Amino acid sequence: MTVVVAWSADEYGAAALAHGAAQAGQRREDLVVVNVTRGDALVDKRYAADDEIARVTTALEALGLDVRVVHGVVDDVSGAVVEEIQRSSATLVVVGIRHRSPVGKMLLGSVAQRIILDAPCPVLAVKPDDAADLV
Amino acid sequence: MELLMEGFATALTPTNLMFAVIGVLLGTAVGVLPGIGPAMTVALLLPVTYSVEPSSALIMFAGIYYGGMYGGSTTSILLNTPGESSSVVTALEGNKMAKAGRASQALATAAIGSFVAGTIGTVLLVLLAPNIADLVVQLGAPSYFAIMVLALFAVTAVLGSSKLRGFVALFLGLAIGLIGTTTGQARLTFGSPKLADGIDIVVVAVAIFAIGEALWVAAHLRRRPLDIIPVGQPWMSRSDWSRSWKPWLRGTAFGFPFGALPAGGAEVPTFLSYITERRLTKHPEEFGKGAIEGVAGPEAANNASAAGTLVPLLSIGLPTTATAAVILVAMQNYGLQPGPQFLDANPELVWGLLASLFIANALLLVINLPMAPLWAKLLQIPRPYLYAGILFFASLGAYSVNFDAFDLGLLGVLGVLGLAMRRFGIPVLPLIIGVILGPKLEEQLTTALQISSGDVSTLWSEPVAIVVYVIMALLLVAMAVSSRRSPVAAPKDEEKVSA
Repeated sequence: MTVVVAWSADEYGAAALAHGAAQAGQRREDLVVVNVTRGDALVDKRYAADDEIARVTTALEALGLDVRVVHGVVDDVSGAVVEEIQRSSATLVVVGIRHRSPVGKMLLGSVAQRIILDAPCPVLAVKPDDAADLV
Repeated sequence: MELLMEGFATALTPTNLMFAVIGVLLGTAVGVLPGIGPAMTVALLLPVTYSVEPSSALIMFAGIYYGGMYGGSTTSILLNTPGESSSVVTALEGNKMAKAGRASQALATAAIGSFVAGTIGTVLLVLLAPNIADLVVQLGAPSYFAIMVLALFAVTAVLGSSKLRGFVALFLGLAIGLIGTTTGQARLTFGSPKLADGIDIVVVAVAIFAIGEALWVAAHLRRRPLDIIPVGQPWMSRSDWSRSWKPWLRGTAFGFPFGALPAGGAEVPTFLSYITERRLTKHPEEFGKGAIEGVAGPEAANNASAAGTLVPLLSIGLPTTATAAVILVAMQNYGLQPGPQFLDANPELVWGLLASLFIANALLLVINLPMAPLWAKLLQIPRPYLYAGILFFASLGAYSVNFDAFDLGLLGVLGVLGLAMRRFGIPVLPLIIGVILGPKLEEQLTTALQISSGDVSTLWSEPVAIVVYVIMALLLVAMAVSSRRSPVAAPKDEEKVSA
């Protein structure tokens, strides 16, 4: 059984990663970290560089967790997370959530919202806090 | 001098100042974004010429042109992806500097160098353009014809890696320029009355630059995001200053004359400047690992060449870069004919434009030096949003030429041509220059032959024309010799550029 973390390379992702690691440790389950991008902008800060992925993997393995990372370019970010949940028959998915302004809601879709609504398993929605930083 | 002061009076009116600000902001933005350049932006904005004063519109377009040269360096340095063809060389050392943690110094030397070179270049432009115009006014049709042939030849054969591809583009452009009934005879109209007036150059420019690029990006939409190098406030230490100022001046010395020559464009002088700095540097060990000279020189060269390009544009009516070509189209939309009489006939406009270049340069330094990290944020815009906007403005621009849906069809056809050219590596510049200069070339030829009542020898009856043909012959010989002597060395240089 598995815990899936939707990880973005920012403070929301960091919170999700910390709580996901804690959950996987308590449940004695594997951890799958999903960091994907649509790849339609030239720069996507939420998409991690390879050395960042390596750092995160090392930090998680140091906690004694069995880690797998899904990293790449996809058509649909939330779809890729849900697909990963189904493939690894996960028991929990962890996402970082944020406040969104009315304008932001109009212009941008929310990956977290889509995961919360579409995931076939329970969802743990977490907010950034200073203590939750693994790397 | 007095004229220039009056020019400042024109340029500093609130309206014109506002257009200058819009121009430099837009220019920097499109310079930062790879694939979107000042030529495309000016082409998309051509419809403003229907409602805006000529001086305001030209001030904005010049701001876009200068701004594009500044913005391109930011992307080159932080992403190793040149925002503009003119900043390809900047990426060589600039990105290495950024990787070594010296991004802020690289951005600073690029921005300040651009300012220095742009200012010197504009001073030279102010000094030279009226004098050249006085010389050019004495030329007859045969000389004009010769100079245009040289421009077409140089833009096609000297620039770019493949001469064959260059000529393919040139003849495509000349063919498009032929369409219509200007000579009284219907040529390439295929019996369609809608083609009888020829294809409007606005439609061609928008299709090739905007639609072609949008289709190209759509075909390559999903790709791994690039790793951007975070950067703070640009600044330079004392040693950076002392290592930068000479490359700035040398870069200016390369950039301005190359911009002013018919074989214009910023690619050649930026590359020459880079080679020179590598040879002259006191820190040869740093080259290839991030030498500040390798950023300072080419960045100065590309801005100086932008100023240089305006010399033939204003004094002869001869565009040598894609952006200058589109600015020429804008002038023609106003019924203005750049050339020797242009400066005397429209002093307020020309001097206002020249004065606005100084203002644009100062504005660009102010908005680029402290805000480079902010501009880099533009790269996070998802491209579908960006290109949807571009397609909208492209269609609007093409439709507003004649308010005829037929032009939208043409836009689509030529857009596919633009995509095919990008796919097969055919340069766009010779096509645009061909479309614009082709009809003018024919006009000068007809005038010359009418005066001589059909005697072809009139074409080499003027000393200037002979000199120009000799230059062309020398260029041809030089090309033939260099391609025979170093078939291996040439591709090597190209590798360096693309590396």
